[in-house]
Amino acid sequence: MTWVNAVIEGILLGGLYALFACGLSLMFGVMRIINLAHGDLALLGTFMIMVVSQHLGLSPFAALVIVLPGAAAVGYALQMGILQRGMRGGELAPLLATFGLSVVIGNLLLEIFSADTHSLSAGALTTASWQISSQLSIPALGVLIFAVAVLVLGGLQLFLSRTSLGRAMRATADDPGTAELVGINSRRVYATASAIAIASAALAGMFFGMRSSFDPTLGPAQLIFAFEAVVIGGLGSLWGTLVGGIILGVAQTVGAQIDPAWSILSGHILFLAVLAFRSGGIFTAREVRV
Amino acid sequence: MSGGVRVVRWTRLSAAFAVGTGGLLIALAFVPYAFGPGTTEKLTELFVLIILAAMWNALAGYGGLVSVGQQAFIGIGAYAVIVLTDHGLNGYLAVALAALFAGLVSLPTSLLVFRLRGGQFAIGMWVVAEVFRLLVTNDSGLGGGTGRSLSALNVYAPADRQAYTYWVALAAMALLIIAGFVLLRSRLGASLQAIRDDERAAQSLGVPVMRAKRILFAFAAVGCGAAGAITMVNTLSVTPDSIFGVQWTAYMIFMVLLGGLGTFEGPVLGALVLFGIQQEFSDSASWYLVGLGAVAIAVTLVLPRGLWGALVDRFGIRLVPVGYTLRGLLAHTAGQPEPERPVPHMTTT
Repeated sequence: MTWVNAVIEGILLGGLYALFACGLSLMFGVMRIINLAHGDLALLGTFMIMVVSQHLGLSPFAALVIVLPGAAAVGYALQMGILQRGMRGGELAPLLATFGLSVVIGNLLLEIFSADTHSLSAGALTTASWQISSQLSIPALGVLIFAVAVLVLGGLQLFLSRTSLGRAMRATADDPGTAELVGINSRRVYATASAIAIASAALAGMFFGMRSSFDPTLGPAQLIFAFEAVVIGGLGSLWGTLVGGIILGVAQTVGAQIDPAWSILSGHILFLAVLAFRSGGIFTAREVRV
Repeated sequence: MSGGVRVVRWTRLSAAFAVGTGGLLIALAFVPYAFGPGTTEKLTELFVLIILAAMWNALAGYGGLVSVGQQAFIGIGAYAVIVLTDHGLNGYLAVALAALFAGLVSLPTSLLVFRLRGGQFAIGMWVVAEVFRLLVTNDSGLGGGTGRSLSALNVYAPADRQAYTYWVALAAMALLIIAGFVLLRSRLGASLQAIRDDERAAQSLGVPVMRAKRILFAFAAVGCGAAGAITMVNTLSVTPDSIFGVQWTAYMIFMVLLGGLGTFEGPVLGALVLFGIQQEFSDSASWYLVGLGAVAIAVTLVLPRGLWGALVDRFGIRLVPVGYTLRGLLAHTAGQPEPERPVPHMTTT
């Protein structure tokens, strides 16, 4: 039964990884930018939610109402202020700029909040679970995170395929020059994509902080997990990202069941195995391409 | 347009610079006789930084391979010294073998990570570095998470040991820089720059893309392995979290961007700047990293060719003849002698 528990826990963890990954995937799909600061921006969201909920005495969910628009604004400004300028010089400059940003955010958090671990309380949700049998239980928080991940991915899919802004985003991703010709403002489209991406990162950051304790050094790890989920699932497929996240999550929890020291390592090894044997990922983009 | 235009590689300035550099290296070799171990230890750190900057620049500036995981090879170099000396090998011989071992590890690694491109390759390398860090952390024989110290060099008196380490570092730096110079001036260097500028176009012209990238990747791994091995014999202890830490990549990117990506001289300049900063601010580690990151962002956006690139653009000086200079181009058209000036597209960029 412990193995079944490990698999269930892994599937639910995969939802969190998919939530981390969808913003990364969106920015790569639309702007061809790999945002190396994605994990640190998510962690910045975690800390902001902690600060807001502590100072205003709100629950993290209520703090999210304040932090989420802030995160979107940060994403918008990031694209307009830094990435747009860097994109003129090709792929290299935005990549290096986001690495610099990752170093800046990570170390600022370390300077402000020290290396202590913190946690976000989800109230009764933290410990609530459905007891299936004496050994098998399903944590409510995990199910909530998974459901939110599915909603966000599905919403993003609908947004890209059905709305005019989503269509503009796909057109700009395909060919910004031609998109400009038909009246699309590519700068604004890019900035909107970036705003959505960073807001989703902050949302993932909140759930991350509820699920486990955190400290300022954990940003890069979230970036790596998100990236692994994207590659395992296959680039350009949002549902593939969910499957990739689940596979990564299960690899980690089952690996931890074998030996706790092998938890994260087994996820990495699975990722490398996918690269070796199925470098296009498990899904190839058939649905809406982002 | 024939006759009046000549393609020049060596100029009087670059020849003088080569002689001057040779002289400087010889002078540096005598430092242990004149200064104490404190100085040689610091200079060894500087040589490590110069090696790392040169390697990262060769990868990204000449091959277009941006890696945020070169610390994988730094760590492998350091830990290979421990394993080799555990087996009774001389510590300094182990440094050379450890560097070669890092190069060896890079070959199977390249089979995996070369399936990723651009920014994906960058994070893919980060995963590789994390894998090696976790493998070492899980290995109690290598000291696990608490690391190990190197005892094999206790056979030397401390002052001798510091001098030997210094000479090994100086020799490694000189060798790697000369090897990089030869590599990037060769046909392979031209292939790499073609790949960096447009991989598909290079492939269609018959450039052996994978082989060229793999040779460069292995060269950079040997260099980073040497840097790690030298750091090991210089500091005598190591922990997986520090030697496999991503702060090495932050240093490399800072040095190369500030000095000038894709220029041969710039990264050395960047290494000198970082070394100077480290002497001033090393005790407040996180603020200093915030500063490095911020400068890296600013340089990327405002000064994409770095300090050295800006100097080259302004004054047309080039000390290391990696590229080509066209002479007499304007003289032919305007009838006036043109001062020596590199043509942007034919230079090292």
